[in-house]
Amino acid sequence: MTTALTTPPTMTSGGSVSARMAAIADEVAGPASAEVDAQARFPTETIEALRAEGLLAALVPTALGGGGATLAEVSDGLVALGRRCASSAMVVAMHHIQVACLVRHGDNPILRDYLGELSEQQYLLASATTEVGTGGDVRSSICALEVADGRFRVEKQAPVISYADAADAVLVTTRRNAESPESDQVIVLCRPPTLELEQVGEWNALGFRGTCSTGFVLRASGPAEAVLTEPYSDISTRTMLPVAHLLWSSVWLGIATDAVELARKFVQAEARRKPGTTPAASVRLAQTTVLHQQFVDMVGSSLARFEAADADGDKLSSIGFGIGMNALKVSSSTLVVDIVRECMLICGLASYRLDTPYSLGRHLRDAMGAALMVNNDRIMANNSQMLLVHRGE
Amino acid sequence: MTVDDTIRGVLTDHARLAVPVESLADDTDLFGAGMTSHASVNVMLALEDAFDFEFSEKMLKKATFESIGSIRTAVTEMTAG
Repeated sequence: MTTALTTPPTMTSGGSVSARMAAIADEVAGPASAEVDAQARFPTETIEALRAEGLLAALVPTALGGGGATLAEVSDGLVALGRRCASSAMVVAMHHIQVACLVRHGDNPILRDYLGELSEQQYLLASATTEVGTGGDVRSSICALEVADGRFRVEKQAPVISYADAADAVLVTTRRNAESPESDQVIVLCRPPTLELEQVGEWNALGFRGTCSTGFVLRASGPAEAVLTEPYSDISTRTMLPVAHLLWSSVWLGIATDAVELARKFVQAEARRKPGTTPAASVRLAQTTVLHQQFVDMVGSSLARFEAADADGDKLSSIGFGIGMNALKVSSSTLVVDIVRECMLICGLASYRLDTPYSLGRHLRDAMGAALMVNNDRIMANNSQMLLVHRGE
Repeated sequence: MTVDDTIRGVLTDHARLAVPVESLADDTDLFGAGMTSHASVNVMLALEDAFDFEFSEKMLKKATFESIGSIRTAVTEMTAG
């Protein structure tokens, strides 16, 4: 089953989804961002503001009480959030990726009802895909579901569950049962009160510090219907991977956009000081603007590629589409670092210092995470495999 | 060697299944038996070499490689012309 995400928006109040996300970015996420980063704390106020606006259910169809927004609208909103607080934007992106999986693949009454409840209560969803012992390969699991008397049980050693403490539920990947091979995975929705999280370690990282991506031992049980019927491999190919790469790229585009904006302001301030002379960095600004436009256009065209593939069911599973969505992730995670670095050269020491309006320290630290969250080398290895059989059509 | 023997031979060499290939029924789900998507690429390449053809673009999907039966259907179609 594959529905929604590309249907027209029908939000009822106060402007478009992206405009309302942008307003929260400016009014709430931006002012809190320095503290969120410094303390590596969860951006509570941003999530509460989104919750108050009903925006955590933006991707849920209106028939189930959600916002019925398109992926493109949420992408625009994430660019706006990413400009002000990349940690907040990443949390919101990860949440919407999980919602998209439930909307498109949660095909039984219990999961449908849950989406209604999520919309009403504005639940925040987290995800536990990686596992201790699998070497970062999210397409294999060690833990296994036990299903008996209509109920499931699972225990997972998760090296990372971002913002688990703030989340209302966690989508967990696991082997289908104790006899299944590591690659035969399903997704199960785990929620309180039958969800127990035991924190392992702390999150003290270079960037995306507000995502609170600590490790946990997760123990959960619940009704067997909380297990999504489709194999995780299909859900990953058709929804989780493309939507993740699109929404992450939107967050990174936000970081790059803010850096370019600061660089432009810096060059303009220089120009005002010495009218008649072109500032030394203005050519580099022009070059960087070319890179930035590539980035904007790539995210836009990739959203269109997803919508076109989604309209033609088989395309979502095609090799060409998979290669394209992987290329998007590698390209955008590289571009964000390139652009921030160029902007640092434009702004000079003002960007290197931490106490000027042109400081790009946080931008750089956050940007460096992009290539590592699902390592680009792993993604290139996957693409190199797929290219062995790709027909180039 | 029959088509089925060749397919089973390719699976033995490249599918890296959790169970012996001899134990598979015609419709056993190969992905359920532990074939990863990486391994399925190698199976595909080995089948193309063994039967000397190229799968068409529309056959390059998970469903084609789901079972011995589905692989045989695809191989038969590709080698018929």
